[in-house]
Amino acid sequence: MKVLGFILRKEFIQIFRDKVILAMMFFMPVMQLIILPLAANFEVKNINLVYVDLDHSSYSMQLIAKIAASGYFIIQDNSLSYNEGLQLIENGKADVLLEIPPHFERDLVRNEKQSVIIAADAINGTKSTLGATYLSSVIADFNAGLDVNFKAVLGSGVSSASTASQLNIDAVNWYNPRAEYKYMMVPGILVLLLTMIGGFITALNIVKEKEMGTIEQINVTPLKKWQFILGKLIPFWIVGMIVFTIGLIVMYLIYGIFPAGSLLLLYLFAAVYLIALLGFGLLISTLADTQLQAMFIAFFFMMIFMLMSGFFTSTDSMPGWARIISNLTPVTHFITVVRLIILKGSNFANVKMELLYLTGFAIALNAMAIYNYRKTS
Amino acid sequence: MRQFYSFIKKEFYHVFRDKRTLLILFGLPVVQILLFGYALNSEVKNIDIAIYDQAGNSLSGKLKSLIASSDYFNQQAPILNYKEIENRFKSGSIKCALIIPPQFSVDINKPGGATIQVIADATDPNTATILTNYLTAITSRFKEQLQQTSIKPFTITPNVRLLYNETQNGSLSFIPGVIALIFMIVSTALTSVAVVREKEMGTMEILLVSPFKPIMVLMAKAIPYLILSLINFIIILLLSVLLLNVEIRGSIVLIIFESLLFIITCLSLGLLISNITNSQQTAMLASMMGMMLPTMLLTGFMFPLENMPLIFQVISRVIPSRYYYQIIKSVMLKGLGFSYVWKDTLILAAMAATLLFIALKNFKIRLQ
Repeated sequence: MKVLGFILRKEFIQIFRDKVILAMMFFMPVMQLIILPLAANFEVKNINLVYVDLDHSSYSMQLIAKIAASGYFIIQDNSLSYNEGLQLIENGKADVLLEIPPHFERDLVRNEKQSVIIAADAINGTKSTLGATYLSSVIADFNAGLDVNFKAVLGSGVSSASTASQLNIDAVNWYNPRAEYKYMMVPGILVLLLTMIGGFITALNIVKEKEMGTIEQINVTPLKKWQFILGKLIPFWIVGMIVFTIGLIVMYLIYGIFPAGSLLLLYLFAAVYLIALLGFGLLISTLADTQLQAMFIAFFFMMIFMLMSGFFTSTDSMPGWARIISNLTPVTHFITVVRLIILKGSNFANVKMELLYLTGFAIALNAMAIYNYRKTS
Repeated sequence: MRQFYSFIKKEFYHVFRDKRTLLILFGLPVVQILLFGYALNSEVKNIDIAIYDQAGNSLSGKLKSLIASSDYFNQQAPILNYKEIENRFKSGSIKCALIIPPQFSVDINKPGGATIQVIADATDPNTATILTNYLTAITSRFKEQLQQTSIKPFTITPNVRLLYNETQNGSLSFIPGVIALIFMIVSTALTSVAVVREKEMGTMEILLVSPFKPIMVLMAKAIPYLILSLINFIIILLLSVLLLNVEIRGSIVLIIFESLLFIITCLSLGLLISNITNSQQTAMLASMMGMMLPTMLLTGFMFPLENMPLIFQVISRVIPSRYYYQIIKSVMLKGLGFSYVWKDTLILAAMAATLLFIALKNFKIRLQ
């Protein structure tokens, strides 16, 4: 136990000596937590719309006014023809084009049927889908408004038929009533930062000893394998917990998000998750000989972890095999848990399965790392 | 010329000897393309929904089976009481709850109509919006089925055309972004590290005292990575055409020309970084942390640029990948010609020239 104390002291001296690493560990996460949510905003608003009104009737103008008033669209321009409007889409100045055909009003009244054309730049999938849906729902609304006018003109005979069955939807957004993106992004980014610290810095630290040759000196001492590994893990575990705390404070001060659930539970998960990640960092360090390699290997896996974890896109819409891979990465589980506890206030009973998974990862990764670690080079 | 050739050969040995770096060089693009192509899509599907059916009659059953038959929703076990709703949300097992009121089949024929309640988990705001839209569409279909006989006056049918991407292939918007990212890694990060490594190992000194011109040293360093980048580019193109069914609409010559221009910009940036840094670690930090993050964030392929604060939009104007992304999107996916992208091309060319000039100016032929 005394030996372990010495090792720990050595590690802490090393950590605090290197000012660059120290800044990377504490300053960078805070900066990123402040900057990233500002940039990472998927919210779809301000859809640029160009319309081609070939009718110029009162109905077509009413429709356009209604679209403009909906708040989702910025009307960029009105064009004289479809092709002219298409050019704006090609230039990237507009996302959606709406064409109102000639004789729109006349045919609508005469045939009671009319169609308009919505053309969306579908390269950006989310924006085009949402843009087209918003536009369709505004048109449906406009339609309903016309219905009422129509009924008023025709009297009660038709109106009873069209109100024959009324079905309204009352939609509520729970946990984030104003549908703000920061609630999704900030806890996710907090997890990523913890992942970077846990994974990268541990791996780099051990490989640095390899590169400098100082690991040889440790190897020839009567130090046991587990003492060396614990000596490396404990300091970074403490650093990770401090970074997590700083992250929570930044989250509260800047974004006003305070965990809805128990802080104790959150820390319990963070503690287990960090152990799993430190094991991962240790595993990388046993695979790499130089810091460059360690960095690249860590980067490679980090990329996959990040993309598969449901941080950017929901894991539900992934195909089955991808969801299996996603479930096999610890990041996925921790992001789920952090979002559940911080945003929804889930209690222990709600998330106990996730704790089981994370404990499993912690044991498996550390076991692999210890198995791979050799005191002889 | 023969010296030059042997120098390039040496550079290739360096690359092929380091197996782990090779993994990054060729593994990362392939994995990324596959992930973006198959696993990640912005489409929202398989939403877990649970229904609290207080009516429990044939009419509500009809609505339920309509929801069950859509691909968008995964129906979970029904909810039996109000308290359960919150619990299910908290354990993360559902994303959406639908409450059908007890008087559903009676109210629906009354003047005010029946109201069903949709509770969406808005911790993911886009999913919440989209699923509410899906449910609205399903209920209006349900309404139509109920009143098939009655004539609906004044219908305006929106005729939706999805331009450039009729099949809603989600990987389309990612491919130009991934290409830009890969060039950034291979051309900028690897080049800068390759030069600095020679400095660190002390082999740079040997190169400088050899009868080899300094500019040739830089050229010989850059050319292998130019070739590797091109190979990578071709691999990505092949993968996206063959596996992801991306259709290349524009001229392939123009695409290759623009890519070459962008690679040269990245290589110049890499050389510049290598000239002003002295250790691999600083070079790596500068090119990975300093360059990668802005590239990922500010190119516009992951997060929409127009949503960002103004300051980020201004910064994004000095990031080369932003212009390259625009160009590739226009040419490859929309099939536009040079007349649409000349402005971006010009900016990119100016950036490449400036960076190359600064890099050459900063190249020190003596060690400190």
